[in-house]
Amino acid sequence: MSATEANIPLGEAAWELPSRGKVGMGSLIVAESAIFTIFVVAYIFYIGKSLSGPTPREVLRVPIVGTICLLSSSFTMHWAIAALRKGRSGAFRAFWFLTFLLGAIFIGGTAIEWHHLIYQENFTIQTNLFGTTYYSLVGLHASHVIVGLIGLAVIMILAVLGKIRPEHTERCEVFSLYWHFVDAVWVVVFTTVYIVGR
Amino acid sequence: MAWPALPLLVLLAATRAAALASPTNIFAPASTPAHSIYRLSIFELEVLGAIFVVVSSLLAYAAIRFRDGRQEGQAEPPQIYGSNQMELAWTVLPVLIVVVLFLSSAQVIHRVQDAPEPPGSIEVTAVAHRFWWEYRYPQLGLVVANELHVPVSDPSRPTPTYIHLLSADVDHSFWVPRLAGKTDLIPNHPNDMWIDPHQSGLYLGQCAQYCGTEHAKMLLRVYVQSRDEFDRWAQGQQQPAVTSSSVAVGSALFISKACFACHTIGGTIAAGKAGPDLTHLMSRDTIGSGSVPNTPDNLQKWVRNPAVFKTGTLMPAQDLTDQELQQIVAYLVTLR
Amino acid sequence: MAASTDSLPRFAARKNALAVIYEWLGTADHKKIGLMYIVYALVFLVVMGVEAVLMRIQLAHANSSFLSPEVFNRLFTLHGTTGVFFVGMPILFGFGNYLVPLMIGARDMAYPRLNAFSFWMTAFGGLLLYASFFAGNSVAQAGIAPDVGWFAYAPLTATAFSPGHSTDYWNLALLVAGVGSISGGVNFIATILGLRCPGMTLSRMPLLVWMNLVMGGLVLVTISPLTAAQLMLLADRYLGAHFFDPQAGGSVVMWMHFFWIFGHPEVYVLIIPCFAFISEIVPVFSRKAIFGYPAMVAATTSIGFVSLGVWAHHLFTIGMPSYGNAFFVLTTMVVAVPTGIKIFNWLATMWGGRIRFATPMLFAVGFLFQFLIGGLTGIMLATAPFDWQLANSYFVVAHFHYVIVGGILFSIFAAFYYWFPKMTGRLLNETLGKWNFWILLVGFHLTFDTMYVPGLLGMPRRIYTYEAGRGWESWNLITSIGVIFQGVAVLIFVYNMVWSYLRGPLAGNDPWDAWTLEWATTSPPPEYNFAQTPAVRSRRPLWDIKHPEDPDSKYE
Ligand code: HEA
Ligand code: HEA
Ligand code: HEC
Ligand code: CUA
Ligand SMILES: [Cu+2]
Repeated sequence: MSATEANIPLGEAAWELPSRGKVGMGSLIVAESAIFTIFVVAYIFYIGKSLSGPTPREVLRVPIVGTICLLSSSFTMHWAIAALRKGRSGAFRAFWFLTFLLGAIFIGGTAIEWHHLIYQENFTIQTNLFGTTYYSLVGLHASHVIVGLIGLAVIMILAVLGKIRPEHTERCEVFSLYWHFVDAVWVVVFTTVYIVGR
Repeated sequence: MAWPALPLLVLLAATRAAALASPTNIFAPASTPAHSIYRLSIFELEVLGAIFVVVSSLLAYAAIRFRDGRQEGQAEPPQIYGSNQMELAWTVLPVLIVVVLFLSSAQVIHRVQDAPEPPGSIEVTAVAHRFWWEYRYPQLGLVVANELHVPVSDPSRPTPTYIHLLSADVDHSFWVPRLAGKTDLIPNHPNDMWIDPHQSGLYLGQCAQYCGTEHAKMLLRVYVQSRDEFDRWAQGQQQPAVTSSSVAVGSALFISKACFACHTIGGTIAAGKAGPDLTHLMSRDTIGSGSVPNTPDNLQKWVRNPAVFKTGTLMPAQDLTDQELQQIVAYLVTLR
Repeated sequence: MAASTDSLPRFAARKNALAVIYEWLGTADHKKIGLMYIVYALVFLVVMGVEAVLMRIQLAHANSSFLSPEVFNRLFTLHGTTGVFFVGMPILFGFGNYLVPLMIGARDMAYPRLNAFSFWMTAFGGLLLYASFFAGNSVAQAGIAPDVGWFAYAPLTATAFSPGHSTDYWNLALLVAGVGSISGGVNFIATILGLRCPGMTLSRMPLLVWMNLVMGGLVLVTISPLTAAQLMLLADRYLGAHFFDPQAGGSVVMWMHFFWIFGHPEVYVLIIPCFAFISEIVPVFSRKAIFGYPAMVAATTSIGFVSLGVWAHHLFTIGMPSYGNAFFVLTTMVVAVPTGIKIFNWLATMWGGRIRFATPMLFAVGFLFQFLIGGLTGIMLATAPFDWQLANSYFVVAHFHYVIVGGILFSIFAAFYYWFPKMTGRLLNETLGKWNFWILLVGFHLTFDTMYVPGLLGMPRRIYTYEAGRGWESWNLITSIGVIFQGVAVLIFVYNMVWSYLRGPLAGNDPWDAWTLEWATTSPPPEYNFAQTPAVRSRRPLWDIKHPEDPDSKYE
């Protein structure tokens, strides 16, 4: 006896599944975490193993302002989403813009620091193991921030054009997961580079 | 269903029969580390062989016994969804086997790796180069190439050889199966191993980590000698090279051509380090790291163009006239 | 089932060729993408097989000069890299893509366009690898194709030892393909968790779906470390960084660890979908429900987790401290327990069944037998002291071809014979299938049984030639002869596919009298898979329909 589609019972109404957006973003975050883990392990393994100077203590300045900005941007992002959910699109746009601004300040800080290191300290990725691991780990994180900023900007433009409405909360929220992740990674990178490694 | 020959058993029988002839058989140990490994591996083969026989018999039985057509009727067989007792059984049993195998491995790991170095042992530093071996004997002030000499170790008065493993370029691996398992030579990552051969003789092996074009021809030769013979060999190697005036032209050419930049000849100004030490070249049986026998004829071919024996060797072909070539080789063959 | 030719809907309206190509290139349909993955991988299977044949000709005799060392070294690098990344991964992703949405009663993958992206990234990676033949040569004498081996140990990959661009092609090809695989993994997970049809709780998913879920999860955490390590290598080669540069104090051992943190779980990424095929095929042809479904799920998941902690068994010879070696012996051997559970559960499924030895089942039983041996030789390698002898010898080569060819390839053949009717609407020819099986079986055993022995006799791998008198010659000759049989078997298979695609008997919806949802729709399924979303009440929805008097739902 052979079964055909006609015999199959049809869908029942009450059937809840996890949101595929969140699952997808969660999976991406797992993969990204694995990438960062490898870079962090390399960083920690090479602490103090450089054959020549400079050492982190000699050249690194702790990016306090940037860190504060980036961490606060998680809160503004959270409030933006909450506002959107409640349909307060003005507040949404304001918080969203603030998030973008804080992220931009962070990345600007990194740019200034790198400029200083490269041109004043003559310290590049080729200098020694510290340079190699420092620029790649911080650079990897910075590139994630930049991707995040691009995403933020796109949504911001859509918002200004009035294309973002409360029914888009879910999608914005999925994007916000990415931003929170980038933030959380910074905590790890910061600890590794500026506390443990210094 | 007829199964093809039971590979594991064939393998066991075949290795015993055909293979005893092989000079690199891992089942013919001649030194303590190799012996410990051998005993462990035989035990393990017995355990795994038993598992293999049991599981494959069950498989064969199920495949034959429950074949379609052996049973009457077209109805579906009774559906069985699982059985906790049975599943527990085939979880616990393997766990026990794993524990046994783990403990026996851990014991051998400890015995081989953590053995303390007894006084009176020989120390050798082996430096792997892309495609040849350098051996230094710090206690004897010696540097030789490609053919390692060590004394026999009498089990009642052991004189094992401790080998300190370094690499000058990429990863290599030191593997003489009858003496010990392999250990890698890794740049910036010194390693150690030890051997205590019980019988004199020549033991073969080869580099066992892919290191580039001529990885295949980075052969290992370990000469195990009685203590007297070994001491005599060492004394001979400690002498500077003898030069006779009859080969003065060749010896001068060695310096005026590029040779001296890469090769050392003790007692001359040739002190290059990129190639094997040639001070006592003719005391070696082979050239090119075991590639070909060391005969004047082969030497001549080698110096003209080493690539005929070893395509990817790092010694470049030398631009020599036939006459120069002969003069140089005439000089080389005096390096006893 | 009469073999009337032109009654499939596909043949009804012939479109012009350009439109067809356009449709395939731009498609986001999971079935078309799945088929593209599969065809792409089959092409590369033949390519890497030809590379293997060339190597085997060279190795058939001692002191052979059929190939130069440079060419031989490129061949095994390409053969291994192609095999793992452009045959194994894509073919399994292809089957997963095709089957998972059908089996969970969905219309497509969660992200159809991301899915197309994954495929094209993988495809591009393969082309990039082989493009090195044409463009890798920039510095005089630098190799035209990569020759660093598939695990590309540092510092052989440093510019000093590997000038030119061949290594960059290797690196970029795998980076690109890796991005494709990671996005594929994301897609699998989102699809399986997010698109199941009503009633299909996690504990009712077919095992194939479960195992693809685990595979997807493994992909996320294993390919990414490789991507990270490759970014480091890229920085070393292009920006002058020193990650793997011993001159600057860098550690080449770090590359080894990073590579195998990827490399070991990777082999389980390959084998777990094969476990999935076997878990579907063995029950159907034994006419019994899978034995111990919960245990199978638990075993798969624990293999996934444990496999993350065993990588250094590839590194027993690098001089780890003794407790490190012992630790990795233990973790590695622990994998035998869940794997054993699977083997025994499949056996128990066959036990008391009514086994029909159609071609898929023949291949499945071949898989069980060969995987058993391959796994047991894995345990020998996992014993660190034994591995000090066996590492980097032909014993290792034999071990992994036993699990890859004897395990993965056999189960892929099983899957082809089983699902080809669903994919094309036509059955593969059974007689040719039996020839395919028996010739491959003979060839496989000739080739790979004999390969263990030279390993035990001290023959290292990756050598382009060897001297006579080591006791290796006759074994190598038999190994090489076996490849001829394998080649013939592969040719029979290709012929069978082409012939059956055009002429094979029509399959109908459910030729094997099977139990999972894909057999409820037409063969091949329509673009939307199911006209209406189905609902399930047990693990074997079609069994319930066929046996209303005794449905599975009563027992779960
Ligand atoms: C699909 C691929 C696949 C699979 C499934 C496996 C499975 C296993 N492999 Fe293998 N392996 C490879 C592919 C694979 N391997 C590859 C490609 C390489 C080489 C890479 C390279 O160097 O190029 C390699 C190399 C490799 C090494 C390194 C060798 C070296 O380079 O020195 C080791 C060492 O431990 C190892 C071990 C194992 C073990 C223990 C398993 C286990 O998972 C096997 C478990 C299964 C069983 C044990 C059988 C069934 C169990 C029972 C019947 C229960 C009872 C049994 C017991 C209690 C023992 N493998
Ligand atoms: C998916 C993975 C996969 C598959 C399927 C295979 C399949 C085969 N492999 Fe391979 N192999 C690897 C993965 C794989 N291998 C890896 C990862 C390595 C390690 C690389 C490294 O060290 O870096 C390796 C290394 C490797 C070596 C060791 C090289 C060395 O160390 O020097 C050898 C040597 O014999 C070999 C042989 C074979 C053979 C004979 C087959 C056969 O099964 C192939 C059968 C297929 C065909 C024959 C082709 C199809 C048919 C035709 C084209 C018809 C015409 C042909 C004839 C009539 C003969 N492989
Ligand atoms: C650029 C470096 C270089 C130069 C110049 C060079 N050699 Fe060599 N030589 C090597 C290297 C490296 C080897 C080891 C090759 C191998 O085994 O792969 C070698 C090996 C040899 C051997 C074999 C030694 C042995 O025990 O295996 C001889 C003999 C030899 N060289 C002689 C010469 C002579 C004579 C000249 C000059 C005419 C010369 N070499 C110039 C690098 C050089
Ligand atoms: Cu040295 Cu291989
Ligand atoms: Cu492994």
